[in-house]
Amino acid sequence: MRPTFSIIFFTVVSGAGYGLWLLVGLAHALVWPGCMLDPATGTVDVQVSVCRMPSTLTLAWAAGFLLVSAGLLSSLAHLGQPRRAWRALSQWRSSWLSREGIAALLAYVPATGLFLIWLGQQSPGHLVPALILENETLVRVTGALLAAASVVTVFCTANIYACLKPIRAWHNRLVVPAHLAFAALSGMLLLWALAALPRWDLMPAAQETVWSVLLPFAVIVLAVISAAIKLAYWKQIDRPSGLRTAHAIGLDALGNVRSFEQPHTQENYLTHEMGFRIARKHSRKLRMICLLAGFATPAILALLALLLPALGAFAAWLALLAGMSGIFLERWLFFAEARHAVMLYYAAHGD
Amino acid sequence: MTSLPAATTRKLGLVIDLDTCVGCHACAVACKEWNDGGSFGPLPDADPYGKEPSGVWFNRVHSYEVAGIENRESGVGEKRERLVSGLAFPTPDSPFPVPEPSARPIPDSPFPIPAHAMSLHFPRSCLHCETPACVTVCPTGASYKRAEDGIVLVDEDKCIGCQLCAWACPYGAREFSAQRGVMQKCTLCVDRIYNETLDEADRQPACVMACPTRARHFGDLGDAQSDVSKLVAERGGYALMPEFGYQPVNRYLPPRPRRDASCAQAQPAVEAIDTAQLSPLLRWVDRVLSR
Amino acid sequence: MPHAALDLNTPTADEVKTTTCYMCACRCGIRVHLKDGRVRYIDGNPQHPVNRGVICAKGSAGIKQHYSPARLSKPLLRTGERGAGEFREIEWDEALALAAQWLGDIRKRNPDELAFFTGRDQSQALTAWWAQQFGTTNYAAHGGFCSVNMAAAGMYTFGGSFWEFGEPDWELTKYLMLWGVAEDHDSNPIKLGLGKLKARGAKIVAINPVRTGYGAIADEWVPINPGSDGLLAGAFIHELLRHDRVDLDYLVRYTNAHHLVIRDAGAADDGLIARDAAGHALCAARATANDSTDGGDKGAGTILARADAIDISPLVVGEYILADGRTAVPSFQLLAERFLADEYTPESVSARCGVDVTTIRRLARELAETAFDQAISLDQAWTDAHGREHASMRGRPVSMHAMRGISAHANGFHTCRTLHILQMLLGAIDTPGSFRYQPPYPKSAPPPNRPGKSRKDNGSLDGGPLGYVQSPEDLLVDADGQPRRLDKAYSWQHPLAAHGIMQSVIRNAWAGDPYRIDTLFMFMANMGWNSSMNTMGTRQMLCDRDADSGEYRIPHIIYSDAYLSETVAFADLVLPDTTYLERHDCISMLDRPISDADCAADAIRQPVVEADRDVRPFQDVLIDLGTRIGLPGLLNDDGTAKYPGGFAQYMVEHERAPGVGMLAGWRGADGSRSGFGEPNPQQLKRYVEHGCVWEARVPDAARYYKMANRDYLAWAKSLGFVGSTEAIVMQFYCETLQRFRLAARGHGAQQPPESERERVARYFDPLPFWYGHLDSSGSAGEADYPLSAITQRPMFMYHSWGSQNAWLRQIATRNYLYLNPRTAGTNGVGDGDWIWLVSPIARIRVQARFHSATAPGTVWTWNAIGKRKGAWKLAAHAPENRDGFLLNHLINELLPSERNSPGCANADPLTGQAAWFDLRVRIERDPTPQVDGHRIEMNETRAMR
Ligand SMILES: Nc1nc2c(c(=O)[nH]1)N[C@H]1C(S)=C(S)[C@@H](COP(=O)(O)OP(=O)(O)OC[C@H]3O[C@@H](n4cnc5c(=O)[nH]c(N)nc54)[C@H](O)[C@@H]3O)O[C@H]1N2
Ligand SMILES: Nc1nc2c(c(=O)[nH]1)N[C@H]1C(S)=C(S)[C@@H](COP(=O)(O)OP(=O)(O)OC[C@H]3O[C@@H](n4cnc5c(=O)[nH]c(N)nc54)[C@H](O)[C@@H]3O)O[C@H]1N2
Ligand code: SF4
Ligand code: SF4
Ligand code: SF4
Ligand code: SF4
Ligand code: SF4
Ligand SMILES: [Mo]
Repeated sequence: MRPTFSIIFFTVVSGAGYGLWLLVGLAHALVWPGCMLDPATGTVDVQVSVCRMPSTLTLAWAAGFLLVSAGLLSSLAHLGQPRRAWRALSQWRSSWLSREGIAALLAYVPATGLFLIWLGQQSPGHLVPALILENETLVRVTGALLAAASVVTVFCTANIYACLKPIRAWHNRLVVPAHLAFAALSGMLLLWALAALPRWDLMPAAQETVWSVLLPFAVIVLAVISAAIKLAYWKQIDRPSGLRTAHAIGLDALGNVRSFEQPHTQENYLTHEMGFRIARKHSRKLRMICLLAGFATPAILALLALLLPALGAFAAWLALLAGMSGIFLERWLFFAEARHAVMLYYAAHGD
Repeated sequence: MTSLPAATTRKLGLVIDLDTCVGCHACAVACKEWNDGGSFGPLPDADPYGKEPSGVWFNRVHSYEVAGIENRESGVGEKRERLVSGLAFPTPDSPFPVPEPSARPIPDSPFPIPAHAMSLHFPRSCLHCETPACVTVCPTGASYKRAEDGIVLVDEDKCIGCQLCAWACPYGAREFSAQRGVMQKCTLCVDRIYNETLDEADRQPACVMACPTRARHFGDLGDAQSDVSKLVAERGGYALMPEFGYQPVNRYLPPRPRRDASCAQAQPAVEAIDTAQLSPLLRWVDRVLSR
Repeated sequence: MPHAALDLNTPTADEVKTTTCYMCACRCGIRVHLKDGRVRYIDGNPQHPVNRGVICAKGSAGIKQHYSPARLSKPLLRTGERGAGEFREIEWDEALALAAQWLGDIRKRNPDELAFFTGRDQSQALTAWWAQQFGTTNYAAHGGFCSVNMAAAGMYTFGGSFWEFGEPDWELTKYLMLWGVAEDHDSNPIKLGLGKLKARGAKIVAINPVRTGYGAIADEWVPINPGSDGLLAGAFIHELLRHDRVDLDYLVRYTNAHHLVIRDAGAADDGLIARDAAGHALCAARATANDSTDGGDKGAGTILARADAIDISPLVVGEYILADGRTAVPSFQLLAERFLADEYTPESVSARCGVDVTTIRRLARELAETAFDQAISLDQAWTDAHGREHASMRGRPVSMHAMRGISAHANGFHTCRTLHILQMLLGAIDTPGSFRYQPPYPKSAPPPNRPGKSRKDNGSLDGGPLGYVQSPEDLLVDADGQPRRLDKAYSWQHPLAAHGIMQSVIRNAWAGDPYRIDTLFMFMANMGWNSSMNTMGTRQMLCDRDADSGEYRIPHIIYSDAYLSETVAFADLVLPDTTYLERHDCISMLDRPISDADCAADAIRQPVVEADRDVRPFQDVLIDLGTRIGLPGLLNDDGTAKYPGGFAQYMVEHERAPGVGMLAGWRGADGSRSGFGEPNPQQLKRYVEHGCVWEARVPDAARYYKMANRDYLAWAKSLGFVGSTEAIVMQFYCETLQRFRLAARGHGAQQPPESERERVARYFDPLPFWYGHLDSSGSAGEADYPLSAITQRPMFMYHSWGSQNAWLRQIATRNYLYLNPRTAGTNGVGDGDWIWLVSPIARIRVQARFHSATAPGTVWTWNAIGKRKGAWKLAAHAPENRDGFLLNHLINELLPSERNSPGCANADPLTGQAAWFDLRVRIERDPTPQVDGHRIEMNETRAMR
């Protein structure tokens, strides 16, 4: 399949965005309410700061917002009729794309909720009634909803591909886990990097330590999981399909059927979109790069950061750079290596 | 609506005879012509007189060669029939063995004769599947299957051009028009077959009307008594790549067994004139002919 | 609600008009659906006898041709150098005045200084007549480079032809053998027919070096080496004779197989058919009780009888003594002797043909089994030409069809004759289930019209410029036996060139061989590209100037095309034609009608849309020009124009002979007559009402045995197709050829010049025989050029025109060189490599592709896909000109080896048929096989000669 920039950009970037939102959501759901220091006093001021969002998470929320929105916008660019995109929400009963659209829009609801909460915190009592701000359950639920919506959106995106039977490399059980893992990994890399930025609020020292240990550690775990999924996936798709042109035309018994003349001597829509092929040699090399950049480098850098906390910021940003390029490459390969069944009709030799 | 109709009463479709198709592209061009100006047109062309001309076609004709197979022993059609009745379709893991190409040399000839290579032509258009994912993946409902006759259509006013349906079709029946920003595909000439402004005899798909060898047939494959259904029954018509589960309606008729050397009986020992012996002409001396 | 906007009852057209397709020469009936003044779509006319509603890719795409950006839009006058394509648009008045001046001057000086060559084929009834009125012998249409071998061999052998004038009995045949056919002119009828055969389960055998198209659906493919079909057919004949599986009764009834051939070596009539004093051919027959022996009975129980006598029992072997004491043998015996010889045993021909012995034997047996053991009988009473009644019609359900795979070789005439002999031996010409004539054929073999030779007082020729020579006296040669025609047709080099030799015209005009001309006037032939051999050389010749005078060697070139073809650039004056939807045309019985075996039919084309450019139908222009220069037949007695209404008026009013005009239908003042009758002013209206076609059904009792069927002959005579109802005798033995051979042996007033004697004596054999390639590769032999290179028609393109068609060119914008993987292996060529294809005159860089269904000794490509940069309004680097190619660059237009006969065309020695498929090549590897791009490199010594 032809790797189209807008789609790759969309899935990687919005994946990272949802990854971030997943983490932001989780943080709100599980950790944050009630654990902030008052910037003025440097002490926990339960009264005021029940739900004060740490500045890293604020950044993460905003980055998530940017990434998710940029991704979605870029996915519109891929459409032939972007102005009709709203129609894509109608077929949620059968279409994963429709479901994805809905999930993506729904995710903005808790995201907006968190935003409002944050806004409220900036000038307590003005915009958002304190009652709400102080309602810990509400904050937790909003966080949980954002996390869930993020996961669901990525799950839908992954299923758009996974449900396509004609593309063997996509119609694969590992596609959904892989997408989820990569979203989480990229989100985690981003969060780690954002955490390394200067903050405008304070955090208890104990938490600082947890923070600086937890994030790199999570990066390592997610990198290992993602790599494992991807390796297993590659192994699966490398198995020959055994499908040949003779089969596609329904005359298996003929054996060695070979395309003598294609319907058109120049490229057409099908050959252009679905005829993209990458040489085996090439894809081997790119897979290595992908593994190194996307998973190994971040993991090693994270390990480094654990051992030498002074290098933390540098490691985090380097890991983000490497990781994201690895994931871009992974997504490019996800398209480039996938073969569409229709190409059996065009193949000079079987698939 | 993207959800498929529970079951269509009629299953209109095409039956294409691979035994007769000479690969002339008449069906492809007639289709392009009709639809370019029809309700589902235009079918735009990009760079029509330039370096990389390409365009939207609902029907494309492939040419294949079957190299080196010794189809002398038994006809192709027979094999296909055996395959259909006896064996299961090959699964991805059990491809059929590839016969080695073979050639018999002719003594003294500088060139061996090619093993009995075949040529095969294969027109490809929408199969109007019964349970096609091209419809269910569509996020807008632009793709739909008509309950009344099973025709799969795209409503161009709803289509957002996401191209997902084209990815979902294993048969390459959908073509995206970049110029128009929408997906296009074979309509089974729905704007002909019901068109009351046309003569009754002309209410047939353009490709069927055009086909010079009459290798294309149109009818209701849901009606066991229809001509097309009978043809399918008689000739072992088959669906393409059934393993996808889309249940194509269109059927292809396999090449009939070729009656070449394989069918010839052993050379009977005919009394022949031995030219080396006495004058062969003597044989006709006594022949009484009448004028 | 799905698809709210879908209206299934949108009217598809405001108006539907019928006319005749001209996207190829098949001439199907079409319906043109017009909407808002534009062509909405074109489909087949279901009522039309040719295509019965089906339509091919080209036909459907006619709409794109009609609106092609490459259409010419105004007369053009050259301003730059020839070939540069620089023109000034001029008005028609100026264009016509200029042309009239050039032509008028020529006509006063010497009409032969005009060479008028019309490539395509649907206006010959007009153009040939025009040339005749002009008085030039230098007229021809495209048959010489197309398939005159097929036409001539058929016409001289049985008064019909595979080429357009006959068809297999699609309803009844059980066995069809296709020899070298890829597409044919009869494209849609053949496809319809093949469909029927397939449905009926008839066996189809394709004899062809390549298996594509029709061959793809054949039951059996016989991958023959090019040029060897005569041997294979000869071996079939050998087998049939050896097993005595021949229809002798058929032979003696319908052919001259029993005619006695004089055996008198050295005599002036040696090898001619023995005749009685009144000129009737003689045969030997078994004596019956009634026979007196004074008829010259020279053996026990045999008599000499008139060969056309009935109820006799003719003898086909034996030596008989004629009244004058000389001996004679039935022609059958001569043929049997020839083909029973070792030369034609399956064993002898196998290697050259590339077909194994068992296959040859089996196929011969299958032919015989089908013809004889599966004979059919139709319950149809009929009366033979002699008045005898027959209760049924016996059929030999074996049919054959052959085309350019046979004819485009220098041995094509004899090969084609061999096929006809094979058909006759099987009793399989015009019987139920076999090959069938299409009216107005059969005609006598050969037909009686001879080419015009001298000019009348009014300057016109005494006959049409093309015809059939019957003896050396009919040739167009001067006192020294040198050619009188520019193309050397009807000269000793190519005596039977019944369609002229168009492919020789440019070279001969350039070389002044046999003489120089003033104006080359061409219509609808892309001679600057795909219909020329040595294309680059030809293009140079068109631009070449005299060293002394600095003038172009061909002083004036006028060309009529409808599109910006490669040839336009070489014209001094371009007359832009309309498209086929904008004019009247006439598919006349006098030319190449559209009949099928069961009906005679002719047709018209009517303008269905108005031209939106300043173009005029060529036929109108020709009539206008002729009127301006005062050609006889175009002026009234008072000197006014006879056809101010142009061609439409001419079609209706012009009479060739009293009552005979361009169209056979709805003649007579009231339109009630067919064939003959005075002009009917309503005639075109009647045609339009009937889908632009007129048909006359062959009566049931006349459907078969047309050559000897009284009902048929009477019917045909009533329509003017034949002059008498006498049986037409098939020329098993071709006496005409022997007349030329006798001349070569020194007999008669007209003898070939010394340089040609040997050739004529060799090739003018009254019985068919096989010979290998005339050496078109010069001194280099087969070893240097081990491969045959041929072309095929793609079904979706018509020669060069298709590439301007936005739809058709998407199917193929470029071509490849196809070769068997084995051949590729031997030559170190990989699939997709760019390689050099080398002939003695040039080499071209082409991209190779593997194709298993190609005979290993052959390479091939689709014809005329490659285009010249600048033509057809295609982009500068369109694949057609960047990667596509023509084989023509490699084909020598002359035969270097024919040293005795200088300037001899690379053509069949009898007919002048271009030997396109005799091309021999070798492959050379390119150092950078992955780098794209076609190139042509001429052999230095060989551009112009
Ligand atoms: N290598 C090789 N060469 C071959 C052959 C082959 O098999 N192999 N085949 C040979 C044969 S059989 C033939 S017949 C020739 C064909 O060769 P050509 O006779 O040259 O055929 P076309 O390419 O069709 O060119 C006809 C010209 O007519 C013009 N034309 C089209 N429509 C109209 C019209 O309505 N009015 C006018 N005035 N002009 C029009 C076209 O633009 C084109 O320039 O090629 C021969 N050349
Ligand atoms: N679509 C389309 N139709 C056309 C035309 C066109 O350009 N396009 N052109 C029209 C014209 S002008 C003509 S003349 C006719 C020609 O109609 P065809 O005679 O069908 O023309 P070709 O394509 O030249 O086919 C020649 C065939 O002979 C085979 N062949 C070559 N050499 C040999 C040989 O030595 N022996 C045997 N047995 N086979 C051999 C080739 O492989 C090829 O299949 O088509 C007409 N119809
Ligand atoms: S052939 Fe393709 S486009 Fe047509 S119904 Fe089936 S899946 Fe859909
Ligand atoms: S391209 Fe159009 S028809 Fe296809 S899935 Fe998308 S919206 Fe539906
Ligand atoms: S049925 Fe109509 S739309 Fe479909 S391939 Fe045939 S002509 Fe084209
Ligand atoms: S029109 Fe008929 S014969 Fe020609 S390619 Fe199509 S199906 Fe085959
Ligand atoms: S065969 Fe095709 S191009 Fe030729 S006349 Fe018929 S429809 Fe037209
Ligand atoms: Mo031709």
